[in-house]
Parts: sequence; C-alpha cells; structure tokens
Amino acid sequence: MSQQVIASTAKKARKLSAEEIAEIEHEMTLYPDKKAVGLEALKIVQKYHGWVSDESLLGIAKYLDIPVADLEGVATFFNLVYREPVGKNVILFCDSVSCWIMGCEGIKGHIKQQLDIDYGETTEDGDFTLIPVPCLGDCDRAPVMMVGPDLHRNLTPEKIDSIISDYKNK
Amino acid sequence: MVTKPLTKNIDMSRPPLDIAGYEANEGYQSLHAIAKGLSPEDVLQLVKDSGLKGRGGAGFPTGLKWSFVPSGDNSPKQKYLVVNADEMEPGTFKDRLLMEGDPHLLLEGMLIAAYTIQASKAYIFLRGEYTVSEQALRKAIKEAYEKGYLGKNILGTGFDLDIIMHTSAGRYICGEETALLNALEGKRANPRAKPPFPQVSGLWGKPTIVNNVETICNLPGILTYGVDWYHGLTKGNDHGTKLFGVSGKVKTPGCWELPLGLPIRELIENYAGGMQDGLELRGFLPGGGSTDFMLPEHLDITLDYDEIAKVGSRLATGTMIVLDDKTCPVGMVGNLMKFFAHESCGFCTPCRDGLPWVDQIFRDFENGLGSEKDLQILHDHVTYLGPGRTFCALAPGATAPLGSGLKHFKEDFEKHITEKRCSYKH
Repeated sequence: MSQQVIASTAKKARKLSAEEIAEIEHEMTLYPDKKAVGLEALKIVQKYHGWVSDESLLGIAKYLDIPVADLEGVATFFNLVYREPVGKNVILFCDSVSCWIMGCEGIKGHIKQQLDIDYGETTEDGDFTLIPVPCLGDCDRAPVMMVGPDLHRNLTPEKIDSIISDYKNK
Repeated sequence: MVTKPLTKNIDMSRPPLDIAGYEANEGYQSLHAIAKGLSPEDVLQLVKDSGLKGRGGAGFPTGLKWSFVPSGDNSPKQKYLVVNADEMEPGTFKDRLLMEGDPHLLLEGMLIAAYTIQASKAYIFLRGEYTVSEQALRKAIKEAYEKGYLGKNILGTGFDLDIIMHTSAGRYICGEETALLNALEGKRANPRAKPPFPQVSGLWGKPTIVNNVETICNLPGILTYGVDWYHGLTKGNDHGTKLFGVSGKVKTPGCWELPLGLPIRELIENYAGGMQDGLELRGFLPGGGSTDFMLPEHLDITLDYDEIAKVGSRLATGTMIVLDDKTCPVGMVGNLMKFFAHESCGFCTPCRDGLPWVDQIFRDFENGLGSEKDLQILHDHVTYLGPGRTFCALAPGATAPLGSGLKHFKEDFEKHITEKRCSYKH
C-alpha cells in the first residue's frame, strides 16, 4: 500500500481522452486558476474509469501543468477520490452518531456477512466496495447509506438484502 | 401572512417548484425590488436591522459579517460569495431539505447577498454526496439564466452575477470556512490562519463572504416582506424562523421550520412525538455533534442562541441528537470521538494526535480496558484540545460532547471501569 501512495513518476502519464479533456476545459472556464481545476479533473477521470490510477493522475498533472505532488496531496486528502480500484458499486456507509444510535452497527454486520467484505474492501466479483462516510445528513431516516449516487434510508437487514440483489442485477 | 418563509414552497412528495411556480408564489420579488432602486447599502441596512444570525453553527450576525467587506472604488474589483453547502456536522440534516425542496430560494438569497457585497461570482460549495441537491440546483440555475436573473446586467441594474456549482469530494473539515476556500482553490483543505479574515482576503486573496445555505435562504423573506414582519416571526429573543431537527429514538424524527424561542420541550415532545415507547430521555446535543450535552432538566429552555448559551451549550445547527436511557452515553461520545479523529485534517498537533488518542481510549472503554488513569487523560484533553489551543474549531468542537459527557454521565464512565465492560450490551 505505502509504495503506491505517491504516484510514481517512473510510470507514464496517460493521455487523457477527448471527453475528459472537453470536461476539464469546461471547468477551466469556471475558475480563475488552473490549480483549482485539479480536483475537478480527478473527479472527471474517476467518472470515466471508476478510480484514479497513477497514470491518470500523472496525465492530469501534465495536462494542467501543476506539480504531481500537489495533485497527489489533493487526491489523497479527499475521501471520495479513489486511488485504488473500487467495485462497480461503492457503498458509502454512514456510521455517524444518529445512525449509530439507530443501530447501524447491526446493519453493517449484516452487510459484512452478506458480502464478505469490511471497510475498504471489494467483493471478489467486483460488484461492491464498502467505505465509511461522515454523516450523510439524513438523520431522521437513519440508518442510511449510499450506493453509487443513490441514497437508501431506514435500513433494515431485509432492505439490505433487496438493495444488494437490485444492484447485482443492474 | 407568511409564517414559514424557508419552507413555504417545500413539499417533498413532488419535485421542487420550477421558476414559474416559484415566482407565482412571490419568488424573486426581492430582485425586482433591487432593480427598482434598492442600493447595496439599503440592503445591508435591512439585513442588519433584521438581526439575522448565521445558521451554519457559529451564529454570527450576518449583516455585521457583510459590513467587513471593503467597498468603494479603492476596494478590489473582484469579490466573491461562497455558499457553504457542505453539510456534514453529525446529526445535521437541514440544508439538504432546503436545496432539494426549494432550490430557487437559495438562488434568490444568493442574488441578494452577492448584490450587497457586489460580488460578480458566487460558488455553491456542495458536498459531493448530495446528488439530489446538485440536480435540483443545476436545473434552477439554468432556469434563472434563461430568465435573465443570472448573467450580465441583471434586470438592467448593471449588476452581473454568475453562480457556479462546485461539488466537493468529502472531508468534514471543508465546512470550516477557510478550509473550504482552500478546497475551492484546489488545495488540501487545511484551515488558514485568521486574520486576515475572508471578508478582506478570502478566495484567491479577494474579499469573500462565506454563508451557510439556511442563512442565505432567510434573505428573500426579509426583503420581500420586510424587517417588521421578520421580527414578528419569533417567539423569543432572536429573530426569524429556523429549521429544527430531531434524530435518535423519538417517535417521529424529522425537520421542521419553527419560530425561534419555542421551548425545547415542544420540539422534542410535540413535533418529534416524544421518546419511543419504553425509553426515557437521558440527554441531547442541541445543535449537532459539536455541542455540549443538555439534560431533561433543560427542556423548558427556549430555542434561542443566548438562552442555550446560558446553560453552557450552543444552538448551533438546531438539529438535536437525542440520547435515550437504553443507549450507552459512553458509546455515543465514543462514536463522536471516532468521527472527529477521522476527520481531523492533520495540520495541527493537538488535533491530529490528541483526537486519535481520545478515540483509542473510548475503544478501550468499550472493550472493558478503561482505567481511572484513562479517565484523567480524557479530562486533560478537554482542556488541551479546547478553544485557543488548536488551529481551528474542529477539536474544540469535539471537546463539547466530550467534556459535557464526562460531566453528566460520570457514573457510566465509572461503571465501564469497575465492571470492565459496557453494561448496555446484552
């Protein structure tokens, strides 16, 4: 793990795709400084590839002409930028205080059992990655979690089972 | 008469009002009032007179904050408005309702704020997980441009405004306004030293106002219905209405717009339906995870900034987290400590090293390994991570539930030590 934290400059920068460049160029019209586009560019690349590889990160740094270390500093700071491959569906599991009071630990245990993964892990079939997330701001319907862009509320073990099968069949 | 200016258009069983529907319900009237000749100084005076205090947590008077922005010909030409829509305070779920339920209200408020400080660019700093809010806001922004309410020379006033959506990528610290500015500039979101304050030197070194979503959403009502109307809304010392929420094991958790100044009892017992059957109220955090515990004896205190401050806590975000008698208070505080330890940006030592230490001690308590010495270390951290000892307010925020939890639930901490286990677990 540790040797992968800083994108190796020995690796080659990937040439960004035309779609990625078009979106990055659009973002550049919204900020007076191209450094500000770094995070946006990381998110754009992640949208197309699911995660940000060393090659992609180097490609962005080269395209924006910003230091690799600065961009890596940003990429590793933000928890929604993935520097390792993730599954097809990322589960963002809220375990903050209201969800904890409402029994999220039991729900997490159920997910763990059903998918055989813990925080930071991906299922063998590559369908799901489980990651904790700070309070999702839907505390009156706790426990809650997100799967990809979708929010799921008032979770129960039964609901988890049907959510898992829904996304598996997508 | 309008009594719920923040939520009058919100009905979550349907999509939010489009611009036509919003205007049909007295929306964007403040913009027309500005076009008819209200000057930035006039608006600033109205907002000052309204007594509006920031709804993001700190409760700072909004008009006063704006007045620090340099104005006049010698001031920097570019100024910025930034909306803090990075709602991530544990137990807080109010800004989501406003953005998903009535996005044009936020845009109208942003127009008022930007006009007052003469900012031609405004960013909405939205947390990345709020995907429904993002869609609602993007649609509303598009409608507002098409209508000529955004862009160049809005309604012939000579005032220009572009609103830009910035979706973030996580980290609680981004809610701290100077950390937010660093994130927006594409840097790691470490807080900045103050002074200089953002009002003078903020985003890219330009004068910048950062306001919370709910604060901004108060503005259209103040301009449309007037200061007297605004003052008439309250039942207490502070002005206006506020979103209040209750989560935890109450019968009907939720979020409601209520006048400031109602007794806390009314919120918890009437709106949230009281405790679930078989449970008793043990305590509550009145305004999110960074506030001090209050107790059942405080239920008749009113929902006012100053009244709650008198008993050593803060109204802050106004979203309460309720602790019942079957949930372990040590576990609850431990959950919060894990959160704060995880979300420390790592910049200053007391926070970076202190919070994980505290977190580890709570894990030990959970596993029956806590000792009297640990308890003393926790008490020490309340002091060493307190206000003035750290670079920003994150760690002092963590000491609020920690210090008050140690005080109010002392016997529970002791019991974990003597019984070498958590007795709430069966």
